[in-house]
Amino acid sequence: MSPALDVQGLTTRFDTRSGTVTAVDDVSFAVEPGRIMGLVGESGSGKSVTGFSILGLVDEPGRVSGGRVMVEDTDLRALAPDVMRSMRGRKVSMVFQDPMMTLNPVLRIGDQMAMAVRVHEPMPKARALKRARDALAKVGIPSPEERLAAYPHQLSGGMRQRVAIATALLHQPAVIIADEPTTALDVSIQGQILAEVRRLADETRTAIVWITHDLAVVSSLADDICVMYAGKIVERGTAEEVIGRPRHPYTLGLLQSVPSQHEPGTRLPQIPGSTPQLSHLPSGCPFRNRCPRATQICATAPPMTGTGNRSALCHHPLETA
Amino acid sequence: MFGYILSRLLQAIVVIFAMSILVFVGVYAIGNPIDVMIDPAATAEIRENLIRQYGLDQPLWRQYLTFLGNVAQGDLGRSMVYNTSVTGLVFSRLPATLELVLVAIGIATLIGIPAGIYAGYRPDSFGAKAIMALSILGFSVPTFWIGMLLIMGFAVQLGWLPSGGRGEVGTFLGIPTSLATSNGWSHVIMPALNLSLFKMGLMIRLTRAGMVEAMQTDYVKFARAQGLPERQIVFQHVLRNISIPVVTIFGLELGSTLAFAVVTESVFNWPGVGKLIIDSILQLDRPVMVTYLILVVILFVIINFTVDIIYARLDPRVRLGGKK
Amino acid sequence: MSNTATDTGDALVGPAAAPMETRTVRLRNFWWDFRQSRVAVLSLVVIVTLLVLSFGAPLVAPQDPYNIAMLEWLDAFLPPGTVGTGGYVHVLGTDNAGRDMLSAIFFGLRTSFTIALSAGALALTIGVTIGLTSAYFGGRIESLLMRIVDLQLSMPAILLALVMVAVLGQGIMQIIIALVFAQYAYFARTTHGAATVERSKDYIEAARSTPLPTHRVLFRHLLPNVMPPLIVVATVQVASAIALEATLSFLGVGLPLTEPSLGSLISNGFRYIHSDRFWLSIYPGIFLMITVVAINLVGDQVRTVLAPRHGR
Repeated sequence: MSPALDVQGLTTRFDTRSGTVTAVDDVSFAVEPGRIMGLVGESGSGKSVTGFSILGLVDEPGRVSGGRVMVEDTDLRALAPDVMRSMRGRKVSMVFQDPMMTLNPVLRIGDQMAMAVRVHEPMPKARALKRARDALAKVGIPSPEERLAAYPHQLSGGMRQRVAIATALLHQPAVIIADEPTTALDVSIQGQILAEVRRLADETRTAIVWITHDLAVVSSLADDICVMYAGKIVERGTAEEVIGRPRHPYTLGLLQSVPSQHEPGTRLPQIPGSTPQLSHLPSGCPFRNRCPRATQICATAPPMTGTGNRSALCHHPLETA
Repeated sequence: MFGYILSRLLQAIVVIFAMSILVFVGVYAIGNPIDVMIDPAATAEIRENLIRQYGLDQPLWRQYLTFLGNVAQGDLGRSMVYNTSVTGLVFSRLPATLELVLVAIGIATLIGIPAGIYAGYRPDSFGAKAIMALSILGFSVPTFWIGMLLIMGFAVQLGWLPSGGRGEVGTFLGIPTSLATSNGWSHVIMPALNLSLFKMGLMIRLTRAGMVEAMQTDYVKFARAQGLPERQIVFQHVLRNISIPVVTIFGLELGSTLAFAVVTESVFNWPGVGKLIIDSILQLDRPVMVTYLILVVILFVIINFTVDIIYARLDPRVRLGGKK
Repeated sequence: MSNTATDTGDALVGPAAAPMETRTVRLRNFWWDFRQSRVAVLSLVVIVTLLVLSFGAPLVAPQDPYNIAMLEWLDAFLPPGTVGTGGYVHVLGTDNAGRDMLSAIFFGLRTSFTIALSAGALALTIGVTIGLTSAYFGGRIESLLMRIVDLQLSMPAILLALVMVAVLGQGIMQIIIALVFAQYAYFARTTHGAATVERSKDYIEAARSTPLPTHRVLFRHLLPNVMPPLIVVATVQVASAIALEATLSFLGVGLPLTEPSLGSLISNGFRYIHSDRFWLSIYPGIFLMITVVAINLVGDQVRTVLAPRHGR
């Protein structure tokens, strides 16, 4: 099966006063239709910028400086700006972190969704509204007809995020980039949304890139996982492999600091130090000064160990854990 | 919505009462109007009579009640200079001021809002910087000085426009206005432009600030992620949002434009209420001053009230009583 | 810690008691940021020059424009650059009474500055006191004071000043009072706004719970933290006071020509606008414009520098 999304060597740089910073550094991954790929990392690891780079929506002073973004055999990076715009929402959609902010507060839900329908498929507004209503029903919103006439502030956070997901699904895109869409929600709502997304991915065969810092979320949702650190993907594999048998010391550190996976009453281990500033990365492996396994050799660029779909970027990968 | 309007209405009435007391005390209680009205050589008896006649021997609160009673009957006294009813005098001058203010606000809006949108959409462009520099000028250079330059340029040097006064008055929909004649327009355009500059600067800054803020919001990014073109994002998403503060200020500024008309009317010799108030201050014509001030207060209150209602109509969060 | 603090207790609470070093550093940082705008630096130079020229007017100006005995009828309406009976060049010409315009402008500028600065200082003092008091005490005092302030703010300054001038009459003192009346509310509102934010912070609670007198807490702890927005408002208000005074004088309800300010000079020149004697009104107007715009540009830059940093 050919992948819905195939990212090759994606690189995004920011020109700041203190020099050029590489926020996304030679990132490659592929997602097949109907599969969910968890892109995991701490804040500042470049995972959100990766999402925006795929859509070509990186704000100034950032710019995508290299790589390919293939969506169903079209390289988005090679498209003219206006053609690229016509791909957004139709072939690739995005859902954001804070459902309180992603909907325009002064426009009715129906109007906002109808606008998103008609921008790619000109049709009478009544038909666009019908499409919007069906989309709302599909993401499990009760009495969708009434919701169309509502303003965002009349809905709960979970409802708003469902509206955002429904909007992203309007044109049955090949790929949806979901940027921490459940982080701002209550845990109970979070569970509902995750179940809904899993069902939608299976039914619509949409490929989903699920960006998150929360390993607990992806472990129950994702098929595959990529772990990002300082702009690079440091480990990849199926969810079972990465969660069950992590290879990169960073992944292990992340897993050990998840409270729910930890034995009560003992001290919660944590990764020492903090996320490095991208402008002041150590030479070689960027994780080496926080890494318990680091040796001299780590001052040189780490090799990719393992095969294409199961690998880690490390001099001293863990064999089993 | 009804309860909202009612509470606003009550507030407005309270403010009008409070201000009428302030104005009354301010203008009537300070100084003695009798001294201005009569010959200093008049006998004590004539003085006493006059004081009694005007009720100035009564305690202040009673004087105020009498004053309120008269006001309720539409009687604001007689002008000491023109010797006519003040109400009639002010209302005969009001149309001239209103048409000046209307044209000025029109100019400020038609130029200020598009300029502000542009400056906010591309804040780092040369055009945006030029617009902002101009708005600082419009903001800080005194109105009367710009008015004078306009007269020197367009009236004295170029001779294109008359240097002052109101033009021929025609009728439009039964309303007598100089905006119905081309001669009238040639007279109104320069003072209106002068009056509009300050508001234009304000309008540009507000619109720009709103634009800059709105363009960074998530809902704009989300609209982009849906593939909406920039034009549609600006005009259908963003404008709707920034129209709320802009309409509010627009309304509030209507009142202050009326007040600023005082200056412009004096420079361009425009026969409106602004010129009337300056003349009455110079001639110590107190009834005219009081009437003007109360009229302005009422206008301010009506404008604030209307703006509140429009604001509530535009912002569903206020209208539907939801939390922000 | 107690060694350096001469006032007991003060060193324990809040940034008010910041040591001298940090204050100098802060000032140096401020200047560094301020310098980033060349326009603002130029404006500052212009303001300082104008201040020196105006307050040094008796030394700098070729003539004392108040001394009627010195004025010569033959010198009336001399165009710029002419040599008058005094034997020196009237760089900006002379007015209808034979006054040297340049001298009149310097002296007029001095009057304008004096009025604007005194009005600004008074309005600042009154406004800050009202703002701090209401923010500190809260409750009824706060809502009453702020209601009045808001009401005044909804009225344009020019209108308030006109009312006061109408009641008080003409003269320097009267104008100053009118300006203070028209402007104190801006300071009160700003102070109150900033102080309310500060009030909710822990260090004010801490200072309140120690047995320090009220005024001590207000002025030593709250005030320093509302300073940045106040500086911005003060700059803008001084500029607007100069413009407002000029406007009132131009309208004939401000200063009489015997005490010339820039406004009354322009007003005088305005009478000759239809003749070719443009220099009577244009030059004082240019000085007025430069002064007001320069102050506003400096204020703009101060606002930019003092604004909370956007995430870099």
